[in-house]
Amino acid sequence: MHTHARSRLSGYLAIGFAVGLLVAACGPAATSPSPAAPGTDEPMSPSPATDAPSGSLTMISSQLVPVAEAEKMQNTILANFAGEVQFVGADSGPFNDQIRAQEEAGTGDISLIGGLHGEFSAFAAEGLLMDLSDVVAEVGDVNAEYLELGKLGTEQQIYIPWMQNTYIMAARQEAMEYLPEGADLNALTWEQVSEWGAAITDATGERVLGFPAGPDGLWHRFFQGYAYPAFTGGVNTTFASEAAAGMWSWLTDTWSTSVNPQSTTYSFMQEPLQSGEVWIAWDHAARLIEALRNMPEDIVAFPAPAGPEGRAFMPVVAGLAIPNSAPDPEGAKELIKYLLSAETQATTLREVAFFPVITADLPGDLEPGTQAEQEAIATMTSASDALPSLLPIGLGDQGTAYNQVFRDAFQQIVLDGGDPATVLPERLPDLQATFDASGAACWPPDPPSDGPCQAQ
Amino acid sequence: MARRLGWAPYVLLVPSLVYLLLFFAAPMFQAFGLALQDPAGNYSLTSIERMLRDVNFSNALVTTLALVVLVLPLQLVLAMAMALVVNAKLKGSGLWLFVFAIPLGISELAAGIVWVSVFTQRGWLNSVLQNLGLIDRPIVWQSAESMWLLITLVVIAEAWRATSIIMIILVAGLQSIPPEFLEAAEVYGAGTWQKVRRVMLPMLRPALLVALVLRTILAFQVFATVIALAGSGLHVLAGEARLWATSIDNDNVAAAYAAVILVLSIVSTIAFLWLLPVREEQQI
Repeated sequence: MHTHARSRLSGYLAIGFAVGLLVAACGPAATSPSPAAPGTDEPMSPSPATDAPSGSLTMISSQLVPVAEAEKMQNTILANFAGEVQFVGADSGPFNDQIRAQEEAGTGDISLIGGLHGEFSAFAAEGLLMDLSDVVAEVGDVNAEYLELGKLGTEQQIYIPWMQNTYIMAARQEAMEYLPEGADLNALTWEQVSEWGAAITDATGERVLGFPAGPDGLWHRFFQGYAYPAFTGGVNTTFASEAAAGMWSWLTDTWSTSVNPQSTTYSFMQEPLQSGEVWIAWDHAARLIEALRNMPEDIVAFPAPAGPEGRAFMPVVAGLAIPNSAPDPEGAKELIKYLLSAETQATTLREVAFFPVITADLPGDLEPGTQAEQEAIATMTSASDALPSLLPIGLGDQGTAYNQVFRDAFQQIVLDGGDPATVLPERLPDLQATFDASGAACWPPDPPSDGPCQAQ
Repeated sequence: MARRLGWAPYVLLVPSLVYLLLFFAAPMFQAFGLALQDPAGNYSLTSIERMLRDVNFSNALVTTLALVVLVLPLQLVLAMAMALVVNAKLKGSGLWLFVFAIPLGISELAAGIVWVSVFTQRGWLNSVLQNLGLIDRPIVWQSAESMWLLITLVVIAEAWRATSIIMIILVAGLQSIPPEFLEAAEVYGAGTWQKVRRVMLPMLRPALLVALVLRTILAFQVFATVIALAGSGLHVLAGEARLWATSIDNDNVAAAYAAVILVLSIVSTIAFLWLLPVREEQQI
């Protein structure tokens, strides 16, 4: 039954992601990589890996960057691999820099890249990645929609799907008695969450909603994948719309009545949930898992609430790719096969709470915390009003500046008390600059665009 | 005399000169260069303009200056008191020096994290206050809604962490004051306070100057304590430089922020040298 639920979950996330991307692919500038095919002057196979330390292989990743996750990856998930692997988790800036620097130098340590669809589409457009078609047959039953996405609309397999995740909600049991009358935890609206928080503040005097608005929190994703699409139906094309102003007013009101003002120090919601500083939280599933594991009786996971335009959520699919400049491409291919084996996918789920992309049954049962997350995700992705909202596509190294636009708007409107009607138009040029610099077309839920996305 | 030394002093100066040029002057000019370029590498004021209209620029500037103004006098008074305790040659003064110097061995970020466990909503401070019956429910100290409260927390953490470096400099200064001066003061009937005020402080001026300059420059660079205690609720110049360099990945705007810190450091150093000139009789 567990495994059945797992493959169902995998299917739902896949459909959400695939539908979104296929819509995006209609836009002309979406993904037109100029892959490094044999015959181009791009070096397909670099000089033999004589200068690389024999047996040691370096993997750089924009995922599993937090120290605890990176440590589990290095010491547990990679422990049974036949060779020695050096796992390097890197924030977006250094991640892009190191991969491009290695390509420019033509030599370096990085043999395998773990990253997101949007990051790979940028690397592929620059011809940095190797064709992995020959690996597909050897890794077996990977989710077919994800594999198709990994081709980026070409004949080649640019990346191999690795693991998937999304963002959900979690709450402490003592919050349940304050749930608004008639509200269904599995089908909440954001307005109901506000009422819920306000009811707790009224009763206890404490503000117990929590968001990861700290420097290392994934707060920008809340706006890009949840608040904006749920309230406005879009992100970039509705950035300064009236509906957006409504969303910001809702957040400002909610913040001042029921959000813990210490939220600007939170990077992971699992800690304040466990300590009781926060009773109701939104965060990445991998950043809630410790709370659900340590206190399965006291903390529950549930789907993200809906707004007027639907139950928006952001599916995250991470993949694996090999750069043309890899010193050890064969070792990297072995590592891909290892990471996609049923055992390793199960270990990955257990250790860092990233869900599998393979369709095979995983060995072993899920413990309650992971089980709870999985059910919340399945309910969310299969909801009738589900609205998948994708991670940015095609922004490349503009992705970080893009995120900052949302964090700046939050600072100005919610923390500094600015009027959304004046702040949002002020931030528009910064948003547009990221599209103009990268040439990124709009991605779902925004309608596809001819040429760079036009922020509105 | 000088002629007999010949070139020797200059030759001896060369290694430190090369070191300074290589690791201080060169990066400094590079930073100014970067700040005056746009991300494409063309010389323009784009990055400076971007910094000036950054949402957090004025916040960061005000907070940084406020921190310097608040931390510095507090630390000077504390460090002077600590240095006098160490210098008083009480029983076990070696132990005092050791205890006072402990924070020197703790990194800025680690100190910040220790203070987080004190000030967080379910932290030590609230537990103690609640157990003493002084408060009914936990107070949110690290609230982004109260900038001055956050600044106070950072001042406390910084004062704890970085006072000992000033103390060490002052202890060295105190110990180099010839005992004859103090004995002479005693002969003329000076009390303890008069000795501190009329003999020690004037003789300490060179040490104080070094301590002030050093501490001010370090205070302009503070950010790990701020990030640990205030998260994104409080902005300082060095924190913004870090944000632009690593999170936003725009080295030019980061360099512009660094240049502001550099200019502030240079200006404050010159100001201290001008305000606290060391007269010849104060040089021991």
